[in-house]
Amino acid sequence: MALARPIGILLAKELRTEFRTRELVATTLVFVLIVLVLFSFTFDPTAVESRRFGPGLLWLALLFAGSLMLHPSFTREQSNETLMALRMAPIEPVAIVTAKILANFCFLAVAEVILLPVFAVLYNLKLWPVVGRLSAVLILGTLGLCIVGTVFAAISSQARMRELLLPLLLLPLLAPALIASAEATAGLLEDPPALSTVWIGVLATFDTIFLTVTWLFGEYLLEE
Amino acid sequence: MATVANPIEVKKQGRQAFATLGVALLLAVAGYCALFVAPTERTMGLIQRIFYFHVPFGWTAFVAFFISFVASIAYLRSRAPKWDWLAVSAAEVGVPFVTVMLVTGPIWAHPVWGIWWTWDARLTSTFVLWVLYVCYLLLRSLIDEPERRAVVSAVFGIFAAFDIPLVYFSIWFFRTQHPQPVIGAGGSLDPRMLDVLLLCWGATLALAALLLPQRYRLEALRYEVERLRWESDRRGGAATFSEAKK
Repeated sequence: MALARPIGILLAKELRTEFRTRELVATTLVFVLIVLVLFSFTFDPTAVESRRFGPGLLWLALLFAGSLMLHPSFTREQSNETLMALRMAPIEPVAIVTAKILANFCFLAVAEVILLPVFAVLYNLKLWPVVGRLSAVLILGTLGLCIVGTVFAAISSQARMRELLLPLLLLPLLAPALIASAEATAGLLEDPPALSTVWIGVLATFDTIFLTVTWLFGEYLLEE
Repeated sequence: MATVANPIEVKKQGRQAFATLGVALLLAVAGYCALFVAPTERTMGLIQRIFYFHVPFGWTAFVAFFISFVASIAYLRSRAPKWDWLAVSAAEVGVPFVTVMLVTGPIWAHPVWGIWWTWDARLTSTFVLWVLYVCYLLLRSLIDEPERRAVVSAVFGIFAAFDIPLVYFSIWFFRTQHPQPVIGAGGSLDPRMLDVLLLCWGATLALAALLLPQRYRLEALRYEVERLRWESDRRGGAATFSEAKK
């Protein structure tokens, strides 16, 4: 694929930028931790209650974190006008968007790997036996969040009140992904754990549809 | 742009007045039929008559959002500003229509279901639909440069439209409480009720068809004003907003 090389180079660039400061991953981690602690005040986090509310809380926390952490992916470029340089480079605009989606996916995935054990401990959940299936849900759900989130970060970076606007645009649109991820995770916490093919299907459809729409229409967002 | 004194424009306004009168009359007839002609529903009684407004306003809003979706795609493909005007006009007509649907729903639900609101598939997805298009209008108001605004909101509009079936499908898995569709297969609707329903739908469609061109003209005028302002600001400099965009 002709796109693979530019995507690889751009992804490496995104990861290198982040690795130098580690701001995004660090702030996301702390943010989700704060949210998880705050959630524990809203109900009694015993094992039974956690099984009922845990998956929803986890995904809601990730969604909020995503709507905040995705924001810099384009505003970062604006401060030094580096998006202009990317656009002038002989690469497809789709490659820029895809690399950013993948980079955001990596950041959020790293955060999730660190957060999941903490979440399991804090909320008395046995996640280890289902870790394989759980990672499938996490990958699909995070991918959906990152696809739409990255495109909407490009949208909101061009508007006024952009910090406020991104969650506003993103959260209602992610409703199906939130429902499907939370329900699939809830299924894994039941006894015996079961992975719902319906919800995995919804997640996969969500990802496929919006990846296609991004490929078809995303490049328009990068024009000047 | 023509001034108001232009005879063609005056003629247009005359026709506009007639159209407005016609739509008002149609709405009055539809309202009369919904209240007095349609038979009273056996179990729900009078409150069921709200159905003749609730459903047509919803259907018409869906038509409006569909127009907005198609216009958004057409804008990205052609870059003709008129498609952007159509997209925003249709969305702005659709939002109040969905609002009517969302308000009349609970008025009906309270005596019939005993609650104002329930989180079932249709209600929730309609609510999400409403939020998405309110966000669409909000997004537009936060971008000043007309071309940027058109591109960015078109992309958002397309994303929102693709999201609606997914929202509906995913919420549908939580057991639904909304009355199942009574039109088409499996439904049992008195033929007179169906006639009145279709008449009401026609009336709301006519109302939307009256409002849409008005809003479209307003958007075209706004664009013209912005373009002129832009050009006078940049006189001598490089205008990104060239005459070619007219």
